[in-house]
Amino acid sequence: MKSKWKALTRQQLFLPIFSLIVVLLINLVKDPGFFQIGLQNGVLYGRLIDILNRGSEIAILAVGQTLVVAVSAGTDISVGSVMSLTACGTCMMLAGYGNNSVTELAVPMGVGICFGLLLAFLCGCMNGALVAKLKIQPMVATLILYTGARAIGLVLCNNQITYIRYEPYKYFGNFLPGCPIPTPIFIAAAVIALMALFLKKTALGLYIQSVGINSRASRISGINADMICFWCYAICGLCAGIAGIIASSRIYSADSNNIGLNYEMDAILAVALGGNSLGGGKFNLSGSIVGAYTIQAITTTLLAMGVSTDQAPVVKAIIVIAIVVVQAPAFKQMLANRAARRSAAGKEAVG
Amino acid sequence: MENNVLIEMRNIRKTFPGVVALDNAQLTLHRGEIHALMGENGAGKSTIIKCLTGVYERDAGEVYMDGVEGNIWNHSTMDAQNIGIATVYQEVNLCPNLSVAENLFIGRAPTGRFGAVDWKTMNRKAQKIMDDLDIQVDVTRNLENYSIAIQQMVAIARAVDMDCRVLILDEPTSSLDDKEVEKLFRLMRQLRDKGVGILFVTHFLEQVYEVCDRITVMRNGQFVGDYTVAELPRVKLVAAMLGKDFDDLAAIKQEGTGKEKGEVLVECKNMSHKGTIKPFDFVIRKGEVVGLTGLLGSGRSEMVRCIYGADRSQTGTETMGGKEVHIRQPLDAIKLGMGYLPDDRKAEGCIADLSVKENIMLALQARQGIFHRVSEAKQNEIADRYIKELSIKTPSRETPISQLSGGNQQKVILARWLATDPEFLILDEPTRGIDIGTKTEIQKKVIELAGKGMSVVFISSELEEMLRTCSRLYVMRDGANVGQITDENGPITQEEVMSAIAGGDSHEK
Repeated sequence: MKSKWKALTRQQLFLPIFSLIVVLLINLVKDPGFFQIGLQNGVLYGRLIDILNRGSEIAILAVGQTLVVAVSAGTDISVGSVMSLTACGTCMMLAGYGNNSVTELAVPMGVGICFGLLLAFLCGCMNGALVAKLKIQPMVATLILYTGARAIGLVLCNNQITYIRYEPYKYFGNFLPGCPIPTPIFIAAAVIALMALFLKKTALGLYIQSVGINSRASRISGINADMICFWCYAICGLCAGIAGIIASSRIYSADSNNIGLNYEMDAILAVALGGNSLGGGKFNLSGSIVGAYTIQAITTTLLAMGVSTDQAPVVKAIIVIAIVVVQAPAFKQMLANRAARRSAAGKEAVG
Repeated sequence: MENNVLIEMRNIRKTFPGVVALDNAQLTLHRGEIHALMGENGAGKSTIIKCLTGVYERDAGEVYMDGVEGNIWNHSTMDAQNIGIATVYQEVNLCPNLSVAENLFIGRAPTGRFGAVDWKTMNRKAQKIMDDLDIQVDVTRNLENYSIAIQQMVAIARAVDMDCRVLILDEPTSSLDDKEVEKLFRLMRQLRDKGVGILFVTHFLEQVYEVCDRITVMRNGQFVGDYTVAELPRVKLVAAMLGKDFDDLAAIKQEGTGKEKGEVLVECKNMSHKGTIKPFDFVIRKGEVVGLTGLLGSGRSEMVRCIYGADRSQTGTETMGGKEVHIRQPLDAIKLGMGYLPDDRKAEGCIADLSVKENIMLALQARQGIFHRVSEAKQNEIADRYIKELSIKTPSRETPISQLSGGNQQKVILARWLATDPEFLILDEPTRGIDIGTKTEIQKKVIELAGKGMSVVFISSELEEMLRTCSRLYVMRDGANVGQITDENGPITQEEVMSAIAGGDSHEK
C-alpha cells in the first residue's frame, strides 16, 4: 500500500492534479454550490463549466507553449499579442478595412478566420526562423512580436475597436444554437486531442525531446534540429491564432488592447505548473493542460469570492508560488532530509 | 646552468576521487627558454599546470621558484599571478566586449582623483605596450574586432606587463592559422630573450621543433623524461608519448588479418573543410576496416566528419557505390547507409534524459522520417535485441541513458547505428574511457561486422587496438592526410606507424 502510494506520488502528473483538486476543494468549502451545474435558457452554467470554458484559451496556448519550451528551453512570449493580431486581422477582413461595426460580412466568415490564422501562423514562422536559423535567444526573438503584433493589429483595425455584429461569429466564443455546452470547450478539446494524436502517431515527440536535450547529438543522429525547432514555434503561433479567434468571438469584436493581455504569462505558467521543466527536454502535454485549468480555477475562484480584479493577481501570485515551491526538487529534498532527521531522532529517543 | 632554474616541481602527486592524475610528476623550467610540455590526452599536462598556478592543490611534492619553496603562491591563482606566473589558455579568458586597453588593465586601471579611471593614461600606456611588442592594434577598439591570434597576444601582453617571469601557454595555437602562429612565435622568442621562462603545451609536433628549446614528456600522470630538442627526434618523441620502448616494438605480434579486397564502397577525392582539414583523398572497400591514425588534433575526427557530412565539405567529390553523392547534413548520409559514432559521447552521442530504448531508436527513426513512427512493439523488440546482443548492462530498456556507465552508454550509441543496418560505419574513439572488457567486446564486434561485409572506419588513440582491428591505416598529421600503410607486405608494425605519424626526420631514426 505504502509503496503504491509512493509510486503514485512520484508520477509527474501527481502534483499538478493534486494542486487542481486542492483549489477545487477550497471552493467547495467556501461555496457548497460550487459543483452544481444548472440548465438555464437551454445552456449549461455553473462554476465548473465556467472554468472549462474560460480556461480554453490558456489550454490551447499551453499546447503550443509546451512544444516551444521543450524544444528550445525558451518561451514564446508573443502569444498574447499574436492572439490580439489574429482577432484584429479576422475582424478587419470580415468588416472590411475602416469599418468599425458591421452586421453584414464583407467576406465569407471562413475566409476571414483563415486570414487571421494565417497571420498567426506567419508570426510563429517568424519566431521559429529567428530562433532556429539565426539562433537568437527565444525570449528576445519573441519579444519583437510581443511588442509589435498588438500594434500591427491596431493598425489593421484603423485604431478602433471593430465589432462584428453577425450572429454566427459569436458561436466560437459562446454557444452553438441548440448546444448546451460552450463552444470553446469543444475547440480546446479538439486542439488537445489533435496534438495528442499527432504526438502518439508520429515521432514528433521523440524528435522534440531529443533536440531539446541535445541538439548536436540529434543532428548527428539524422534529425534536422533546426527544422523541428522552427515547426514548434510555427505550431505555437497557430495555437495562439485559434485562441485569438475564441477570445475575439466571445466579445464579437477585435479589442486590440485587451485581447490576450498577459495570456503569455499564464501559458508559460501552465507549462511550469504541469511539472514541465522550463529547461527544455522531456515534456508532458497533459501536465500543461492540467496546469492551464488550474490557473483558470484560481482566477474563477477569486472572482467568485468577490476579490476585486485589481487585487486578484496578488492572491493568484501567492497560490502559484505555493504550487511551484511544492513541486520544486530542492523543496522535496528538504522535506526528505527533515523526515530522515526526525526518524533518526525518534530511534535515538526509543533506544 | 644550475642557478638558471626558474621553476622546479618534484614528486608531484595529485589524486581525484578514484583517479590518480599525477604520480611522481616533475618539471624543470629555466630562465629564458621555451619549454614544450608534451603528452597524449590524460597524460596530466593540464593537471600539473593547474598545480603550479594554484587552481588545484597538490597532495604531495615540492614546488620551488628561484629555489624557494612555493607554499606561498600555489594556493590560489591570484598568488600565482602576483609572484609572476601567468597563464594563457586555449580559449581566451578576456572580455571581448571591452577595449584592448581595458583588457590590458582590467583590475589595475590607473586612477586619477576621486578614484576615477584615468582613460588617457591607460590608453597611452596600453598603446606603448602593444607597440613595444610590435602588435599593431588600436587599443581603444573592442577586443572582439581582432582575430583570436591578436586576442591571445593581448592576453600574453597583459601577462608580460604584469612582470610575469613564467608564462604558461596552454594550446594557444590550436585555432590559429600559419601566419598567426608565426606572429605568436616571434613574440614568444622576444620574451624568451628577455629572460622569461615559457611553458608551451601543444599537440603540433612541427611547432615544438620550430620554437622550443627543451621538451618534457608526460604519460599517464608520470614524468617520462626531460630532453633537449636536439636529443629527441620526432619519432622518439612519439614513442615516448605513446609509451612504447622503441626497440621492443618490432617484436609485438599483431593479430589483424589481411582481407580479400572487395569492391570500392566510398571514395572521396580532394575533400576539405576550411580551418579543420586540408584536402584529402579517401577510399574504403566493402568489408574493410580502415584506421585513421595520428596524434590528437591531427585531423582524424575532422576527416570523418567531412565524409559523413557533420561538417560540410567545401571542395572535392564523394562517391558511394560508384555514384556521386552530395551530403549536406548527417540525415543524407544516414539515408545512404552511413553511420557515425562521434568521439565526444556526451556532447554528440547521448541524449541524456531519454531512455536506452529511445536512444537506440533515434537514428533508425530519423531515417524512416517523422511520419513513419516505428511501432512500440517494434521499438521494444529492437531495443531488447541490441541490449542482449551487445550485452548492455541496464536495469531496463526504459532506464535513462545517463544512469548507465560510460562503456554501456557507448554500446547504446553503437546499437543506435547497428539498428540502421549501415553499409559504412565510422567509429571515432569508440573505446575511449571505457573498461578493458568492453573495449575487447567492441573490437570483436567491429571485426565481426566487417566479416559480414560492413565497411568500418576505426579511429583510436591506442595503436595496439588499431593494429588488431584494421587492415589499412591512413596517417594524419597537422590537419592533413599524409599517407597510408597497408598490410600487403606483412603485418603493420607499431614502428612503421610511429615513424609515419612523426614524419619529418623520421627516416633518420
